[in-house]
Amino acid sequence: MADVNRGNRPLSPHLQIYKPQWTWVPSILHRITGVGLALGGIIVVWWLTAAAVGGRDYFVLVDGLITSWLGHLVLLGLTLSLAYHLLNGIRHLVWDAGYGFEIETAERTAQGTVIGSVVLTVVLWIVA
Amino acid sequence: MGFRTSRARARGLGAAKEGTGHWWQQRVTAVAMVPLSILFVVPFARALGSGHEHALALYANPFHALVAVLFLAVGFRHLQLGLQVVIEDYVPHTGWRTGLILANIMFCAVFALAGIFAVAKIALAG
Repeated sequence: MADVNRGNRPLSPHLQIYKPQWTWVPSILHRITGVGLALGGIIVVWWLTAAAVGGRDYFVLVDGLITSWLGHLVLLGLTLSLAYHLLNGIRHLVWDAGYGFEIETAERTAQGTVIGSVVLTVVLWIVA
Repeated sequence: MGFRTSRARARGLGAAKEGTGHWWQQRVTAVAMVPLSILFVVPFARALGSGHEHALALYANPFHALVAVLFLAVGFRHLQLGLQVVIEDYVPHTGWRTGLILANIMFCAVFALAGIFAVAKIALAG
């Protein structure tokens, strides 16, 4: 049965005018970085299969593309995504255990996660 | 509805008839990915741009081969579960949704198996 009042009710705020907050922005970033890491999985498998069965010339081509300046830019984005998704994922697991739901706590752990993912990215690029 | 108790209606079911299985697997694979992602990514990143010999030597090492296989198996399962939730949230048309969920399962299975095959071939080349 169609709702006669459809289109005549107050709407929730549109995304463009919804104030960014330390609660929902990290939440959608978790989803975006998770989807983005699919590209990381593709690159990993591409490189591994090139190394195993591609022959030397093909491996050199693939390895060269991944380590080109554009490749490095993609790798940097993927490292940031991995670091963020990893740390924010731990934040989610803590919530699953029943802790950290107070708004102030949730905002502080969100800020810590963002700072931590930049730090972790820098550390990973230094050691690797 | 009728006279059945709520427990009898809820047991093992839910909208997808799989109860909390999806949710729980997402958590189990998430916990496993915390150490696996670091253990895999650091030697992998060091091998990038270091030549074919280095790549082959890395996964000829049983420890790194095992970490890589676990990373690929658990990681692509985690990815499949996560992408499925995104598809379920944003694709309202039942046909498209079902098709994308199937494509997602196949994409993740093929990439996981291709990666595991590649590592196994290097590891077992002797």
